[in-house]
Amino acid sequence: MRLLALVAVPLLAAGVAALPTRRFPSWRTSLLVATASVHTALVGSLWVAPATPMLNGWLAVDALGLVVLTVTTILFVLTSVYTVGYLARVPRRDGRAFVSGLLAFLAATSLVALSQHLAMLWVGMEATTLAVAPLIFHRHDRRALEAVWKYLLISSVGIALALLGTFFLATAQADVPGRALILSDLVSHARELHASWLRAAFLFLLVGFGTKMGLAPMHTWKPDTYGEAPSLVSGLMAGALTSCAFLGVARVTEVAMAAGLGPFVQPVLIGFGLLSLLVAAAFILGQSDVKRLLAYSSVEHMGLLVLGLGLGGVGAYGTVLHLINNGLSKGWLFLVAGNMVLATGSSSAAANRGLVRTLPVSGALLVLGLFAITGSPPFGLFVSEFTILRAAVGAGHLWIAAVMLLLLAVIFVGMATLLLGVALGEPDAREAPVRESGWLLVGPVTLAAMVLVLGVYLPGPLQTVLAHAAAALGGRAP
Amino acid sequence: MPHAIPHATPLVLLLIVLTDLAVLGTMRLSTCIRALGVQGLLLGLLPVSIAPTLSVHAVGLAVGTVAVKAVVLPWFLVWAIREAAVRREIEPSIGPIASLLLGAGAVALAFAIAARLPLPPGPDALLVPYSLATVIIGFVVLTTRRKALTQVIGYLMLENGIYLFGLTQTERVPFLLELGVLLDVFVGVFIMGIVVFHINREFDSLDSTRLTELAD
Repeated sequence: MRLLALVAVPLLAAGVAALPTRRFPSWRTSLLVATASVHTALVGSLWVAPATPMLNGWLAVDALGLVVLTVTTILFVLTSVYTVGYLARVPRRDGRAFVSGLLAFLAATSLVALSQHLAMLWVGMEATTLAVAPLIFHRHDRRALEAVWKYLLISSVGIALALLGTFFLATAQADVPGRALILSDLVSHARELHASWLRAAFLFLLVGFGTKMGLAPMHTWKPDTYGEAPSLVSGLMAGALTSCAFLGVARVTEVAMAAGLGPFVQPVLIGFGLLSLLVAAAFILGQSDVKRLLAYSSVEHMGLLVLGLGLGGVGAYGTVLHLINNGLSKGWLFLVAGNMVLATGSSSAAANRGLVRTLPVSGALLVLGLFAITGSPPFGLFVSEFTILRAAVGAGHLWIAAVMLLLLAVIFVGMATLLLGVALGEPDAREAPVRESGWLLVGPVTLAAMVLVLGVYLPGPLQTVLAHAAAALGGRAP
Repeated sequence: MPHAIPHATPLVLLLIVLTDLAVLGTMRLSTCIRALGVQGLLLGLLPVSIAPTLSVHAVGLAVGTVAVKAVVLPWFLVWAIREAAVRREIEPSIGPIASLLLGAGAVALAFAIAARLPLPPGPDALLVPYSLATVIIGFVVLTTRRKALTQVIGYLMLENGIYLFGLTQTERVPFLLELGVLLDVFVGVFIMGIVVFHINREFDSLDSTRLTELAD
């Protein structure tokens, strides 16, 4: 019942929020925060008491799904609080499409995280695309239109290829016992699946869901979309939506690894991972816009996720941990970028110089965020990136470790140049510090605290779940 | 077991590839839409022609397919070109002859790939190369044409190719995937239509190459 509620409650709330009103009513944001809180409480209860599978095993929660669901709900509930402050500053007509779209997005991402039936996972992923499109278009101007057009076209093609991959997977399963496209049945009969169809399915699902993740070279929508969408939407996309898309890739990887296709799957994943790091490094150097910089940083971290997956062993553990760290810190940084845009109306570096003076709290959070996102200790990303690096060294791929370290160093230099310039640079006009709204600070401060804690201490239950998720992906706990 | 309409399937598949090539070979939007409509009609015949016996499921799928792919979507596209007052593809990145050559290459490639992906013999096996050919040609249209509307047509052809492949799996994964495809096409175009409409208002043109403010 709880599993169904995780999808149904936000969906119902989205319907209510879509009711027409004459002006922007405050109940709409109250509904958003209330629904998000209920969702978080439900996810919390899954950590305490596991839920029984539903609908003939189509809906169930496993370790990896639980991780994605948890990241999503934490980001969403904090973003919903931020939305209250955001819509108070930027009223856009009645806020109907915006709040309703956010809630529909929560329902769709929950469906993706809970789907054990891979066709239903696809339906959920498609629904996220549709839910997020009106959110990107929030500003209703030329640039937002261009961004939403690129996003819709490229991710629709990606999602179409993923559908074809899903059909290929069903074909690989023909004449094999087990329920069609149910993950556990696919895994338990993996050795009997038709290998050439399974290989084709893997490639199409990787490219299709990889497009939604924003892996290079399918990342071209990402800087435009994250750059133009309201920052809180960019944060949800970079933190939650990409994690769901990664889950799609991880599911088919689970099947392929169980089928003994590791030697085929791993080099492909490693290749996409390193290419994404390379592209991110190339475009981060010389970047002049904070949100576009963060978009390329997202390309980098998606690359790290598939790199860890491809390396296997402790790399799979590092990847799942990195999914949490990246999700939380992307939310953190995009919300800070949102505060910046609210203050100056622009996300360009030039317009925001001297952030520490004009917005002291946001400025400090930006500097800390720079160190967190580039994997410096004591933040969580250091631990997860180090685990992935260890997997590369442990498997004897010293050149991969070297390339990864080099590219991470380049990315650090690029990001530090821009973000430290923004935070500490000399402002054009000497402006007095602005009092920052609490609604707009709760989210980033909480996320920052969580990323910091994850860097020094992993709670026992989390370690267990991470180890289970890593084992499902063909890896192990360190 | 005899098929409901013997020997119809190969002919229908051949005609589908011809509609693919028709889209590639023309620069007139109205011709593209007509070819897409005919393709939708042909796709609607397939669930009936490949089913071992006439079942309610097969007929329902056929009717639904024709309604969406041969009536609603083409009507919607015609409405969009009237609203936007566009007639021709302007300066495509490659001309009709080169497009047709690419299309022929796509068909050859599709057959070569299909030969390497075995299916149990039967009418299903026949669908695979035609499905891949339609997917590839849809992708070619999507990437080489510049008008937003023609790109939507390319995307719909890509979806049609996937639908063709999905027909081989209707027995194993009933309903859900067909529903997914129809829904996807419908909603996808609905949203793209809104965007097309806005592009038209904002830019006075449906040329997606003018959407170039965002770049590094």
